Amino acid sequence: MGLLTGSGSLTRYKVDGKIDGNVIETVRKGLSRHVIQDIDGEPKEKSVGWTSFHTPYSPDFGGSRFLVGSYLVFGLRIDKKTIPAKLVKKRLEFLSAKRLAETGRRFLTRDEKSMIREQVLHSLSVKIPATPNCYDVVWEHEKEMVHFFSTMKTANEELETLFKTTFRRSLIRLFPFTAAELTAGLSDTQKDRLHELTPKPL
Amino acid sequence: MLDVSVSYNRYKFIGHEFLTWLWFVMENQPDTIPSAAPSVGTVALQIGNRIVFERRIGNDALESVVIQGDDAGLEEGMLALKKGALVTEINLVLRVGEWRWQFTLQGESLHLKQIKLPETGPVETPDDVEGAVLERMALFETITHTVDGLFRQFVLDRTSDNWMSVTLPRLKAWISR
Repeated sequence: MGLLTGSGSLTRYKVDGKIDGNVIETVRKGLSRHVIQDIDGEPKEKSVGWTSFHTPYSPDFGGSRFLVGSYLVFGLRIDKKTIPAKLVKKRLEFLSAKRLAETGRRFLTRDEKSMIREQVLHSLSVKIPATPNCYDVVWEHEKEMVHFFSTMKTANEELETLFKTTFRRSLIRLFPFTAAELTAGLSDTQKDRLHELTPKPL
Repeated sequence: MLDVSVSYNRYKFIGHEFLTWLWFVMENQPDTIPSAAPSVGTVALQIGNRIVFERRIGNDALESVVIQGDDAGLEEGMLALKKGALVTEINLVLRVGEWRWQFTLQGESLHLKQIKLPETGPVETPDDVEGAVLERMALFETITHTVDGLFRQFVLDRTSDNWMSVTLPRLKAWISR
């Protein structure tokens, strides 16, 4: 669901300030520094990072391929492992029974149960591959606007966090109040009135 | 600037009033729509296949009315407005000449969903991607410039004396006719 697909969703942001100096080089370095990390075969359950628009499963920010016309075009990738709850339960029961048999006791302590649970989650998250989700990002640097091709809450929150970490600029989501205050060209008096607005029955 | 979540919740009614005003404008002043986004050209806008109304009952309860279908009548929508509901989500068809866009606009978030752009050429080789991105962004911008222009028009009116003296009486007259 994105920029080149048949049907998509869009959230728009105002960027809180422009990047000083060489924009392309700064963006390239930022994207490379926070590129998505592969977590397959590792105990991590989630990874969030930037990826290339052109090759989202083998990110490459060499040169200025992410520059398309005046747009900076790249992707946010969220890799997440989903461990089935029933599989966790099955492994927990198996290992708990084994532990009881080894110790000859009838009950496990809270610490033992917690340790077994951690062991199960660790071993399963190493074995289970992460599912990648890619979301297109288009940054109009001159206009200080970002177009994000998703309206999913979690994806938007990850974008806002990673963008701030990477570029030290906040993304301000454009919903009615922020759009009115930041992009509608209101005078100071009108902004004061905007703040005082209350719902009016029609 | 207010805290984001506070301002989102406190002022989401602005988005609902905007969509209700937009329906009023489409019905009563369609000639003013192209002037909202002159950069786009001669835009025609009409309601698509879905419109959602909400009315708050007391402090907690919400009553929703959903009208959907390509040829659905909007009488129940007018009835909902008469009862004090506002439009919270609307599917729109936008036309510029022969070209057609369709999308859903959500009032409280201004999210654009289920966006269908006019047909573009297939991307067959990696070299086609750059052209396709530029073409698709131009098509997305037809929607965003139109929505932004209309929202600007609404907000400028809503924060002026004209709202109470002219627009609101017209809206009320339209709803109660």
